[in-house]
Amino acid sequence: MAVYSHSPAADLPPPKSEVGIVGWLKKNLFSTPVNSLLSVVALAFICWTLPKIAQWALIDADWFGTTAQDCSREGACWVFVIVRFNQFLFGFYPSSEYWRVVLAFSLVGFLIAWLLIEKTPKKGLVAFITVFIYPVIAYILFYGGVFGLPVIETHRWGGLMLTLILATIGMFCALPIGIILALGRRSSMPIAKSVSIIFIELWRGVPLITVLFMSSVMLPIFIPEEITIDKLLRAIIGIIFFESAYMAEVIRGGLQAIPRGQYEAAEALGLSYWKTMFFIILPQALKMVIPGIVNTFNALFMDTTLVLIIGLFDFLAVMQSAFADPKWPGFSVEGYIFVALVYWIACFSMSRYSQYLERKLHTGH
Amino acid sequence: MSTQKKKHSLLNNAFFREIFFQVLLVTVILLFFWFIAHNTMANLDKRGIATGFKFMSQASGFGIIQHLVPYDETYSFGWTFVVGLLNTILVSGVGVILATLIGFTVGVARLSSNWLIAKIATTYVEIFRNIPLLLQIFFWYAICRSLPSPRLSWSFEDIIFLNIRGGYVPKPIFEEGFSWVIWAAILAIALTLCIRYWAKKRQDATGQQFLVLPVGIGLIFGLPVLAFLVTGSPLGWDLPTLQGFNFKGGMTIIPEFAALLIALSIYTGAFIAEAVRSGILAVSKGQTEAAASLGLHKSKILRLVTIPQAMRVVIPQLTSQYLNLTKNSSLATAIGYPDLVSVFSGTTLNQTGQAIEIVGMTMLVYLFISLTISFFMNWYNKKMMLVER
Repeated sequence: MAVYSHSPAADLPPPKSEVGIVGWLKKNLFSTPVNSLLSVVALAFICWTLPKIAQWALIDADWFGTTAQDCSREGACWVFVIVRFNQFLFGFYPSSEYWRVVLAFSLVGFLIAWLLIEKTPKKGLVAFITVFIYPVIAYILFYGGVFGLPVIETHRWGGLMLTLILATIGMFCALPIGIILALGRRSSMPIAKSVSIIFIELWRGVPLITVLFMSSVMLPIFIPEEITIDKLLRAIIGIIFFESAYMAEVIRGGLQAIPRGQYEAAEALGLSYWKTMFFIILPQALKMVIPGIVNTFNALFMDTTLVLIIGLFDFLAVMQSAFADPKWPGFSVEGYIFVALVYWIACFSMSRYSQYLERKLHTGH
Repeated sequence: MSTQKKKHSLLNNAFFREIFFQVLLVTVILLFFWFIAHNTMANLDKRGIATGFKFMSQASGFGIIQHLVPYDETYSFGWTFVVGLLNTILVSGVGVILATLIGFTVGVARLSSNWLIAKIATTYVEIFRNIPLLLQIFFWYAICRSLPSPRLSWSFEDIIFLNIRGGYVPKPIFEEGFSWVIWAAILAIALTLCIRYWAKKRQDATGQQFLVLPVGIGLIFGLPVLAFLVTGSPLGWDLPTLQGFNFKGGMTIIPEFAALLIALSIYTGAFIAEAVRSGILAVSKGQTEAAASLGLHKSKILRLVTIPQAMRVVIPQLTSQYLNLTKNSSLATAIGYPDLVSVFSGTTLNQTGQAIEIVGMTMLVYLFISLTISFFMNWYNKKMMLVER
């Protein structure tokens, strides 16, 4: 008896038009006539703009020199930015004291890296140092006046340093106030609840610029005459109030997402309200809203540029004042592009980081 | 026994605690406000700053570069409030329209099957979302200020001119009889609404469809055009012409307005694009497939199934973006566009020194707008909430 074995013919390769580069092009760029037209228009647009931008920003650009005469003006003149680089970073802070700012920021960078990197020991102690001891050290370093450090008045602070100071202080002080407001808004006590709602909606309803106007113009009227508040501090107070309202709404989102069972289980264990909140609810809720907090920080980081309107010299304002220098006329486009690039890199990486956290922390319930 | 019980319940009684905490809270708040009021009185007295709203009727003595209502130096401080408010409304209104157009186009483009278009849209969103708005405003303002001088203006067919002082476009002049055109338009809209109502009733009853859209478009465009022709084209144009060093006639778009508008629309457009994208992605694939299996046409799937469900997600985000745009228009003060904050909280405040009244009024305006919109939002959310089984 003959044995028939059936072996199917080998699979034909997919048609050439469906795989490889051709296939990809066909599927993604030229699937329909309309798509083909769009692709061609878009390609033409890119081919027309990109080389021009590259030519201006990189190929024809000037990188070396010390004065405006060193610029050929055929392309961008980055000399303008490079010469004033220190001013953009530190504002009018005396250059002999730059090390203090660098030290303070390196220190906080180190502390935060310690907290963020997994598997580092003694996180609790480091967190305590960051929150309670570091601010004192930073204040001493920035302002001086003790240990033989010369005093640097706040009106000489400026540049990226001031932007970072405003954003981080605003953030860290707004967080606890935001937590209290969020808890108040979800409280069963009618007066506490309405006070929180009024506070939150009031600050969220007005633009930051009016808040800054208020803190710079009205605050001195509100306090006893003997006390004078520094301009920088006034701006920070305004930012903290404004930011805490936004923070409260972010945290409320986290509180709402905690299942009822968690509250009931804590109650069944006989925990008090504050114990329930601090040991059961807030750890879970805050973890959930970390991406939201990062986004809020991102928004605040961009919003700090508004302080230039009340006369503080943040990163953007230092750049604006550099345009007024008669020795360097007509370099505003280079300046704006540089500032935009710095903000963009910072904000884009922060938003990516928050997306990464969102995926990582999404453990489900 | 009873006293012990009472003592015990007072310390641990939830009701008592709540009352205690709230009384404490109210006391602290009252003390705080009393403290502020006390200091304010003392400070204002010492500095000799007037209080009250008498300044509102005094002559302002400063000019405003853009006013939608009659205004000059002799008008009152109160009137500067109106001028500023109208300028804010103008830039936010036009900005909202432009940002919506940009946002919807880019949002849909991000989901396009065309790889290149999707990537370009993504790049747009990622670039403009992550650069501070104020910087963008400055940037566009610098561009507007680098245009040529009036004598070397860029012109478009000698009708529209662009130069460092702004854009000059023809101004329509409505002659006698133009009101008929407006009445015709109103009539056409009313008729279209009636036809839509009738068509829906008939479709519900008999299943017969009526093409409302083409008829409506025909009516809304046709009737006013007909009225326009019948009344003998009662519309003239005031063209801008170069006289001496500047243009006369026509309408002027000041560079401050243009820069602010471009920056606001591009910035908010990026956020709206994200809202639109998330809305469309939120409609599950099953919905489209179910609609297709019912035999609905592609355009009907989009119109009857996808868009209504996407809008549920998009509209709340959209309104909050509109609100942000309105609030962000206050950055006008940085480039000198005469909006509410710039005119009233800026110049008027400097002239009168009455910070409390002026900053308070400005904040109230924004607060009023925000609260109105958030009430609308809550109403809309309740109405649109998914009715779940």
